[in-house]
Amino acid sequence: MLARTAASAALVVTLAAFDGAAAQTANQPPDTMAARVEACTPCHGNKGEGTSDVYFPRLAGKPAGYLYNQLLAFRSGRRKYPPMNYLLEFLPDPYLQAMAEYFAGEHPPLPPPAPSEVSKDVLAQGEQLATSGDAGRNIPACVSCHGPGLTGMQPGIPGLLGLRAPYISAQLGAWRYGTRTAKSPDCMQVVASHLTEADVTAVAAWLATRPAPDNRAPVAKGTYALSFGCGSQPN
Amino acid sequence: MGSKLSIALLALAALTTVARAQDKNSDVIARGEYLARAGDCTACHTAPEGRLFAGGRAMPTPFGTLYTSNITPDPETGIGKWSADDFYKTMHSGRFPDGGLIYPAMPFASYTKVTRADSDAIFAYLRSIPPVNQKNRPHELRFPYDNRQLILGWRTLFFSEGEFKPDPTKSDEWNRGAYLVEGLGHCGMCHSPINALGGTSQSDAFKGGLIPMQNWYAPSLTSNREAGLGDWSIKDITDLLQTGVSARGVVYGPMAEVVHNSLQYLNDADTKAMAVYLKGIAEASSPPPASSTLPNTESSLLISLGKTVYDKNCASCHGTQGEGKPPHWPPLANNQSIEMQSAVNPIRMVLNGGYPPGTKGNPMPYGMPPFAGLLSDNEVAAVVSYIRTAWGNRGTPVSAREANELRSAPLN
Repeated sequence: MLARTAASAALVVTLAAFDGAAAQTANQPPDTMAARVEACTPCHGNKGEGTSDVYFPRLAGKPAGYLYNQLLAFRSGRRKYPPMNYLLEFLPDPYLQAMAEYFAGEHPPLPPPAPSEVSKDVLAQGEQLATSGDAGRNIPACVSCHGPGLTGMQPGIPGLLGLRAPYISAQLGAWRYGTRTAKSPDCMQVVASHLTEADVTAVAAWLATRPAPDNRAPVAKGTYALSFGCGSQPN
Repeated sequence: MGSKLSIALLALAALTTVARAQDKNSDVIARGEYLARAGDCTACHTAPEGRLFAGGRAMPTPFGTLYTSNITPDPETGIGKWSADDFYKTMHSGRFPDGGLIYPAMPFASYTKVTRADSDAIFAYLRSIPPVNQKNRPHELRFPYDNRQLILGWRTLFFSEGEFKPDPTKSDEWNRGAYLVEGLGHCGMCHSPINALGGTSQSDAFKGGLIPMQNWYAPSLTSNREAGLGDWSIKDITDLLQTGVSARGVVYGPMAEVVHNSLQYLNDADTKAMAVYLKGIAEASSPPPASSTLPNTESSLLISLGKTVYDKNCASCHGTQGEGKPPHWPPLANNQSIEMQSAVNPIRMVLNGGYPPGTKGNPMPYGMPPFAGLLSDNEVAAVVSYIRTAWGNRGTPVSAREANELRSAPLN
């Protein structure tokens, strides 16, 4: 009984404190994730839709697990990009998780694909690699892991839509040279190490031409089996 | 029967003694962990994604790269074979157990002030953490700095060995704050000017300086025109130290690391003691403002362009009068960090943006966007000139060249 009285007293005090806080919010920034991630927006857009800079990726709608892994990798410096490493260095895990979920939950429209600057032959080579791979050279198809609609799979595999060719090409290059790495087994490092520069150009160009499918959401975990192990997507 | 009972009682007494000893031991370890936080040991002795205190972190210096050492209790590669005496000697004298000289990147010039009891507690804590077998990586220093004998010269000039001596004319609280700030906190490592020899003279302690290799300006803790806290309330100081944000401003750059790894873990009494001491060492009367060259045509033009840039990009958070929405969106009016003579920090904040550290008291901080990609050198110089001179701020205009030079400042 005494405990209950004390609990109600505590509740009253808490509510009173909330009232006080509410009265002050007029002079406080909005208590929202949107206001907290404003530091991300000059490069990634207000809702993570990307900006006119082709090297900055779209974040919106990617699986939260993928975005969280990237935030952790930027924070520790495993994934190297000084402006990102610097911004995230002293932010705690739960906050990075909240940021990942915020951008995963945003669904601004995909931009219309930009006309490609490469030849039809190069695009055809990109399509071939992306949809069928090249078994002779141990190159799996992009769609075998990133999904038939290239929308990714929960929780860790990103969709590849809405990205510009220079960004995709830079990331594949970073994997080939080892400046972008992920948890072992680092599947993308293995894949990228089998690609030539011409392969990278072709596949980046073709991916950038893909129109938005009706359902852009990443598919559920376990919808299809991965053909090889991937540290970012535990089975 | 009687003897059995006394044996049982004796056994019980023995067990209680053991339990008490263990309690006492775990108390010492807990205190050691707290003090290791106060000393921010982890900032250097834990590598990114590395095991706790296993070392191996690269520390770039003007003289080459140092790699921090393994201070886990591993007997082969860590400090597992050290005694408490060895550890105290390292902290107090800056020498390895074999007498070898330690590079002064290890802040032994501050740690020398730490008491023997505190050193023993930190050592007991370090003995209690999991050992990690990881060999120390050799330093990569350029000639002639790879010759450790040079440290002798440095020590003669800049090192005075000795535990903290309380000032009997000051309160216990002031002295506790002084002990933490000057000793484990090693605040002087950044907040004092560093000369070409990598040292600081005693008379320059806490007078501020540009941090080598990082290109952030660590403001003076004694001048109210910089980060002197003379006209701050104790609450604003403790808020800043414990949570990273306050009604007067937020921490950023290297100070965000200090709050994140160290200061947020200090208890209220110690934080307040540091605040009392820091407020106490600020100069009572403000020195005259930095010589302001009368605004020539160029700087009036800059400031006028700066207002346009400010109203478009900054005012939505920092307010049309620079009032901000403290503590999360800091005020820029009457903000020492904006006005001080060195404009390095405000220029870098505009270019790089930044988040205050996530702390127990402020787990989801608000961040400032980087404007490096959005504003030209001229616009950066203009907006920084504007905020340094508007609303009664007494800073001086900055040039586009200064803004341009800081675009290449290291970010990590």
